[in-house]
Amino acid sequence: MSQVSTSPSMAAVGASAKPERRDIGLRGRYAAERRFRFYGMAAIAFGLLFLFLLLFSVVSKGYTAFQQTMITIPVEFSQQIIDKNNERATNPQKLVTANYPVVARNALAKVLGVSEDDRAGLKAVNGMISDSVRVQLRNLVTADPSIIGTTQKVTFLAHGDLDSAFKGQIDLSVPETNRKVSDKQVGWMNQLAESGALSKHFNTGLFTNGASSRPEAAGVGVALIGSLYMMLIVLVLSLPIGVAASIYLEEFAPKNRFTDLIEVNINNLAAVPSIVYGLLGLAVFINFAGFPRSAALVGGLVLTLMTLPTIIIATRAALKAVPPSIRAAALGLGASKMQTVFHHVLPLAMPGILTGTIIGLAHALGETAPLLLIGMVAFVADVPATPMDPATALPVQIYMWANEAERAFVERTSGAIIVLLIFLILMNVGAILLRRRFERRW
Amino acid sequence: MNMMSEAAVEKALDRQMNDISYKMIGKDVSVYYGEKRALYDVNLNVRENTVTALIGPSGCGKSTFLRTLNRMNDTIDGCRVTGRITLDSDDIYDPNIDVVELRARVGMVFQKPNPFPKSIYENVAYGPRIHGLAKAKADMDAIVEQSLQKAGLWNEVKDRLHEGGTGLSGGQQQRLCIARAVAVSPEVILMDEPCSALDPIATAKVEELIHELRTNFTIVIVTHSMQQAARVSQRTAMFHLGNLVEENDTDKMFTNPDDQRTQDYIMGRFG
Repeated sequence: MSQVSTSPSMAAVGASAKPERRDIGLRGRYAAERRFRFYGMAAIAFGLLFLFLLLFSVVSKGYTAFQQTMITIPVEFSQQIIDKNNERATNPQKLVTANYPVVARNALAKVLGVSEDDRAGLKAVNGMISDSVRVQLRNLVTADPSIIGTTQKVTFLAHGDLDSAFKGQIDLSVPETNRKVSDKQVGWMNQLAESGALSKHFNTGLFTNGASSRPEAAGVGVALIGSLYMMLIVLVLSLPIGVAASIYLEEFAPKNRFTDLIEVNINNLAAVPSIVYGLLGLAVFINFAGFPRSAALVGGLVLTLMTLPTIIIATRAALKAVPPSIRAAALGLGASKMQTVFHHVLPLAMPGILTGTIIGLAHALGETAPLLLIGMVAFVADVPATPMDPATALPVQIYMWANEAERAFVERTSGAIIVLLIFLILMNVGAILLRRRFERRW
Repeated sequence: MNMMSEAAVEKALDRQMNDISYKMIGKDVSVYYGEKRALYDVNLNVRENTVTALIGPSGCGKSTFLRTLNRMNDTIDGCRVTGRITLDSDDIYDPNIDVVELRARVGMVFQKPNPFPKSIYENVAYGPRIHGLAKAKADMDAIVEQSLQKAGLWNEVKDRLHEGGTGLSGGQQQRLCIARAVAVSPEVILMDEPCSALDPIATAKVEELIHELRTNFTIVIVTHSMQQAARVSQRTAMFHLGNLVEENDTDKMFTNPDDQRTQDYIMGRFG
């Protein structure tokens, strides 16, 4: 046979008779890869589905909160009602305590043609107007008492129930006695809407008002300011402390039992339930240090404690990721340890540090439980001027509104969630932009 | 180079011929990494304005010895050095010696090119800046230009000094690292396998550069390549298992070594 195979013509024949291919399991390997890809895509699709459901549910419930039903009608500032005995020059309290809701009620009754004697009708008319009209008209009159006796065109909030009805959120098919808006009121509502006196406006009050038991007058203004104060406090305290602690632990501290213990504890602190930080803040900052309750300062301090481990862990990871060759290069040139860290290591770790910090801040922004324990779950109607004043926070405001019974608070809860989500998205976009900005290749 | 430095070279060579001048003297140097001993009582002297090559199989302690010369081992946890190493007449492990000042006198070039992620100019200027070697911008410009010229890189990068140092090719990066070390005007330059990550052409350039640098600096180079040791060095030291096997003139080392192990290693019988 060997003689045959050496001849050139036979060699060609031998080549055409292919040797049998070994089975190396290619088919199985490719099948496994396809299966794995499918699992991955299925997992992502599942996640996206829930994200979409969440966003859809929140947005579909909440977008109406950014609009508010308002009534614009001529209001007669009747001397008879506001200051019957003309004693406002001698009694400054007169203009403050005057019965302004009646002024608004009478104005609306006049537009709707309800007789002054129809008590039931007047009551129904009154039910269409927000109680906040009292403060609004009082402010108008005290600012300019000369409008008393004149008729002015005033835009005021409709009652929360009417607002819900106008937005179509109240089922009008149920019996009249089982719903908050009567057929008569719905009829007037449509009449006013046709004449243009009643319409939806952009809800600026949602962003400026504080807490209110009347949903149409409630807003996240106080919560926004409170959250802003807290974020500033968290940023100012936790970034320097966290970065300094990480640099010391990572670059300077000797590696021994004690630093190992510290490292384990920091990792554990990151996993401590946030409500425990609330208890800590209550015990240390309020009971021991005597800071005021419900203050953004205390909230900021508690959230700082909570954010520190996150920032320290992220910063240490970013420092560890800087190639040792950069440290060796700087040290080899005679740079001191501190120069090495601050001139070379820290700038390279900056993207990671900033990302960690912003993720920590975003986490703190959405934190509710510790704030409940330090009294930030309070009814705060006045905008806090300093971090020492009582305030609430966005997630706490959401929590409080979610517990309210009125239909109009449902959309506000979702509206506040949308506001919170927008802030979180902005912060995350900021993290990405900062990372891009500082990213350097080596 | 100018007349001054040529005169200095001649003087140095003259001294070498008559009585040998040692830049660094290592006496009974032992290094421990925790419990593990990496170097056993090494006695090795580094001659001034000479290229000394350290050769030996992997893990023989040659890099460890190199790093004791500018105390880079200090940065490794659990590393302990005993014995005595002097630079001129200063004991570099004396508590009174500042390690920052030592490293300004004994520079280092690493195995992998490691330029800072900054511009070429900033890479070279960093050392002089932290040591305050240049008062004015013009002085710094001069130092940067001279250093890049000494590293044979000036003509290639003079038009893009403010572009990133990491955008250069591997060989250029390594020469940039040499320029960076030279810019501090050290007395000794340590090189830890400076060509192991480079292609043959870049290697040739760096070797040529080492040859030229010898006139101004004392150089200690660790290398895995026997040919490189033969090409660039005047003295060669052979390490094996943490011991200094033999230290000799390079010519003698590669033709007629005293020790059988050196002979075997050079012939490629182990390592």
